[in-house]
Amino acid sequence: MFETVILSLQGLLGPVWPLVYSMAKIVAIVAPLMLGVAYLTYAERKIIGYMQVRIGPNRVGPKGWLQPIADALKLMTKEIIIPSGSNKALFILGPVLAIAPALAAWAVVPFSPELVLANVDASLLYIMAITSMGVYGIVLAGWASNSKYAFLGGMRAAAQIVAYEIAMGFALVGVLMAAQSLNLVEIVKAQQGGVFSWYWLPLFPLFIVYLIASVAETNRAPFDVVEGESEIVGFHVEYSGMAFAVFFLAEYANMILVATLTSIMFLGGWNPLFDFAPFTWIPGFFWLIGKVCFVLFLFLWFRATFPRYRYDQIMRLGWKVFIPVTLVWILVVGAMMQTPYGYLFH
Amino acid sequence: MDRIKDFFSTFLLIELLKGMAVTGRYMFARKITIQFPEERTPMSPRFRGLHALRRYPNGEERCIACKLCETICPALAINIELAQRDDGSRRTTRYDIDLTKCIFCGFCEESCPVDAIVETRIFDYHGESRGDLLYTKDKLLAVGDKNEEQIAKDKAADARYR
Amino acid sequence: MNFETLIFYFLASIMLFAGLRVITVRHPIHAALYLVLAFFTAAGLWLMLEAEFLAITLVLVYIGAVMVLFLFVVMMLDLDLQRLRQGFWQSLPLAALVGGLMILEMVLVLGRKSFIPDFASMEPHHAADYSNTKELGRLLYTDYVYPFELAAVVLLIAIVAAIAITLRRRKNTKHQDPAEQVKVRRADRVRMVSMPSQKQSEE
Repeated sequence: MFETVILSLQGLLGPVWPLVYSMAKIVAIVAPLMLGVAYLTYAERKIIGYMQVRIGPNRVGPKGWLQPIADALKLMTKEIIIPSGSNKALFILGPVLAIAPALAAWAVVPFSPELVLANVDASLLYIMAITSMGVYGIVLAGWASNSKYAFLGGMRAAAQIVAYEIAMGFALVGVLMAAQSLNLVEIVKAQQGGVFSWYWLPLFPLFIVYLIASVAETNRAPFDVVEGESEIVGFHVEYSGMAFAVFFLAEYANMILVATLTSIMFLGGWNPLFDFAPFTWIPGFFWLIGKVCFVLFLFLWFRATFPRYRYDQIMRLGWKVFIPVTLVWILVVGAMMQTPYGYLFH
Repeated sequence: MDRIKDFFSTFLLIELLKGMAVTGRYMFARKITIQFPEERTPMSPRFRGLHALRRYPNGEERCIACKLCETICPALAINIELAQRDDGSRRTTRYDIDLTKCIFCGFCEESCPVDAIVETRIFDYHGESRGDLLYTKDKLLAVGDKNEEQIAKDKAADARYR
Repeated sequence: MNFETLIFYFLASIMLFAGLRVITVRHPIHAALYLVLAFFTAAGLWLMLEAEFLAITLVLVYIGAVMVLFLFVVMMLDLDLQRLRQGFWQSLPLAALVGGLMILEMVLVLGRKSFIPDFASMEPHHAADYSNTKELGRLLYTDYVYPFELAAVVLLIAIVAAIAITLRRRKNTKHQDPAEQVKVRRADRVRMVSMPSQKQSEE
């Protein structure tokens, strides 16, 4: 049925078919992602509410399920104020540059062995390169606003993201050493067979570093000095309405992205929890979704638990703790691979 | 030895995990949220909310325009003007409380010799224009008439402590 | 002209435009951003040459790290545009000389026959899943291992030198040391004292 539809469309559109088909695939990824973002905000408010012995949003729709839609409508109808002293072009470019990498990275993320938009060979590198560009949106937004608070927020973002990107990159070096591939599909395939052959176990320090660094990279609590909504205010103070909402979308899309990457690289992607009967019945796609939800839940849990880091502590943690830890463990992995016990890391 | 223990407990994130255990536990705790317009928290009979002027059962207003409340009001929110009636009794011609000034200290209620000015349990009132929060004598009497039952009950409950 | 050539000219014109704007635009921040655009299009061009490892590394290193720090510094500077443009005409002869020299060198090097690759013998195209990362790694660690290690050592020395130059301990600074702060345990600060509660005085 599906194939016949595709074939008939292919005949109808002729030469523009590949373009249209790619666009359709992109929409098929981005639309559920945006829905996921909307309901991640709902889940965040509910879960943090529950952890604070509250019940969270419950007025709009049954149990508050329509709350994200109400929020979206509100933000869309609000006015976008562009400060008169701002650099207008860059001010508008800021949110665009923030969300573009968050979406572009999904091009190489595999959802199952076959379900991937572009199965490029250096997909891990591509992810690292694209996510490293996310900081431009924040820095430019901070600078273009022509406001001291926004500017300071942008500066904090630049320093923090650059610092944690290195630790994150090193953690991924460990993964690619273990998997011997830069291809995300290959990395997941290398982790076949139950929870104990996923990479979180042999690369445990790297897994922890990656998890924490990805919290810092997405500017989430306890590393949210970039935003600091409760007191120090961040890079987007001058933004309102949909322009602000785009930053919000970018933050949550990034969260989902790093959660997916954590699941793919350390939690075995679409591999089931155990490699025998009742677990293998569930399709791999749902395993991946489940793992992503678990990591996202951890993110929210962190936010509900930990107070914000002081800025010099963030810098110390990134440079003086995480980078040495990852380097040492890469060394351990590399050395162990040369011994007969190398199979432990494959 | 202690230093080694500290080192490992730092690297194994023991204290962070303890913190997460606390929040994780509270996630399943009974929620204490009150769904406000439908549910309300219990209130003391001494609650100090919106003001009201009371009347005697025969319909005569209690206030004798002694101006004690106006004098004691620390926020200068009360304004009283008075005139003598034909039957020789003092009554107010004007009794305004500016609720934007009022600090709800309850001194007016304390000072009143005839229990005329009282503070009710109403706290969710609002005004849509500036003048709406300037309560005149008519408005205050109306509040009193409407809530006399509750006011009398609260006064009775509090009477033995006075 | 096929589709690929079209893309090439498209990217090339963007890159030329961006490169031109880097030196003509007034504000240093805009110049830095045009430089980012130039890097990005350069990465696109390299991708077309099937050098995806280099292209992605260009994005990762230059756009993701170097230019961010560059922007960081430029934004923090108190820039006086008027003063920056002063002395343009005095410096022009020297700058033109150096520029001309560089062009000459480029022509001499690139104009040689040996530098122009033999396109006919090159493998025309690879499949989408072809990876030159492995080949690059193999070359780096076999044929070019000494230059590679040498470059690594030079970089290490550069890092050490840069840190040594900037590291000066000022006396009497009152900055906090987070490392010391996180090391503190409860036992270091709090002493539990067991005291008998006061007896009620006998009357």
